[in-house]
Amino acid sequence: MSEVRPLRIGVLALQGGVVEHIAMLRQLGAEPVEVRLPEHLEGLDGIILPGGESTTIGKLMVEFGLLDPLRSRLQAGMPAYGTCAGMILLANDLGASKQPELGVMDIRVRRNAFGSQLDSFEQDLEVAGLDGPMFHAVFIRAPIIERLGGGVEPLALLENGTPVAARQGRLLVSAFHPELGDDPRIHQLFLEMCAATVAA
Amino acid sequence: MATANGHVAEKGTWGLKTGLARMLKGGVIMDVVTADQAKVAEQAGAVAVMALERVPADIRAQGGVARMSDPELIIKIKESVTIPVMAKARIGHFVEAQLLQVLGVDYIDESEVLTPADEEHHIDKHAFSIPFVCGARDLGEALRRIGEGAAMIRTKGEAGTGNIVEAVRHMRAMMNAIRQLKGLQPEQLMAFARDLGAPYELVRQVHETGNLPVVNFAAGGVATPADAALMMQLGAEGVFVGSGIFKSSDPARFARAIVQATTHYQDPARVAEASRGLGEPMRGLEISTLPHAELLAARGN
Repeated sequence: MSEVRPLRIGVLALQGGVVEHIAMLRQLGAEPVEVRLPEHLEGLDGIILPGGESTTIGKLMVEFGLLDPLRSRLQAGMPAYGTCAGMILLANDLGASKQPELGVMDIRVRRNAFGSQLDSFEQDLEVAGLDGPMFHAVFIRAPIIERLGGGVEPLALLENGTPVAARQGRLLVSAFHPELGDDPRIHQLFLEMCAATVAA
Repeated sequence: MATANGHVAEKGTWGLKTGLARMLKGGVIMDVVTADQAKVAEQAGAVAVMALERVPADIRAQGGVARMSDPELIIKIKESVTIPVMAKARIGHFVEAQLLQVLGVDYIDESEVLTPADEEHHIDKHAFSIPFVCGARDLGEALRRIGEGAAMIRTKGEAGTGNIVEAVRHMRAMMNAIRQLKGLQPEQLMAFARDLGAPYELVRQVHETGNLPVVNFAAGGVATPADAALMMQLGAEGVFVGSGIFKSSDPARFARAIVQATTHYQDPARVAEASRGLGEPMRGLEISTLPHAELLAARGN
């Protein structure tokens, strides 16, 4: 892929853990693009929706006219990876929680499912599709996936069976934050999804 | 197919403490004194609220000893919103911090806005599972607080004045010192640490990375969208707004406008649009006319 041109990967930059994703993308040879307005979606090969406050990011997407154009791009097949708040924004079912959503992935997500910051945790997880050791996952006021729709593959589970990472076609989500650590394997997996989409 | 595993989860780590602050970046944290105000703040797009009994402008006006808020108020605010809730403890008052940890707030602000409980020592923040944010006027003060365990830094500014001048002074001092430190030779680091009164190890870290090891927000005097964008352009990674929202003529609109300006701080057209027809900001105080004893930023060092 990189012998032609680097992948142009958007990072939704309205609020949250943006620079961490950008650093990870650079390290992997992709070209990161900060996305704050609809015109920034042009020419992207994929987009990352970072962690942050999903209510804040959702409102800003509405106020700056990003929600509908981004949803259209995702429905047309642009790959996306959502971490934490990003996973919430991609889900099509948030239970009782009423907030703006892209609603493109068939999962039910419960926000802030573990409690306050005192219940945030780090843990090694087996992640399907990754070679090598377990993945060190950082969960910060994290959501969980309560229901997986048809065609959604769980990629990582807590010991009680709760899915915390999943994939549906070109959409990838994790309740945890690979961008806060130095293990690039999940970002690499996402870039492979983007490269396959460009090739197709 | 994923496989479950039995590894033990770790809580209260440095990575989790600093990580939550990283997720707040680019956002606005708003002071609220009631559950209704907390809802207004959340509706406007705040990334977190700071629960307190009186905003700094009222603490300043009314005087008296300012303490940690009533737990009842903090619990009500926690129940009213889904975004993170922060609360303030007095400088050095580690029992107030213990109570806030038991109450399950998401972040503690060891704050000069409250009346200090200890004029010599800050709280040993490493001893807590809950993360702390602390105010600082310059790099030395920031690194001393980080050395004590603060997982997030904010400028002190001069809270409750609606006057941005002190926050600008503090942010510039911090960024200038970081740039200077970055350019030093390794053999200069110990003398620099000595003069700064900061832990050598942290000085070395800033020299290598060119950044504070934790997130750095602006606070103390932000009253308008332009103030928020100014602080962001000077290097803040997010903004605390204390009295500036609920002392303005239209808090919901001010709150929303400051959120928009913080996101689009590099885009003057959008900051101008957010600022249009907002009404009266909080009235504000000329800091040079305040008696020295009333300056909050001088508390704690």
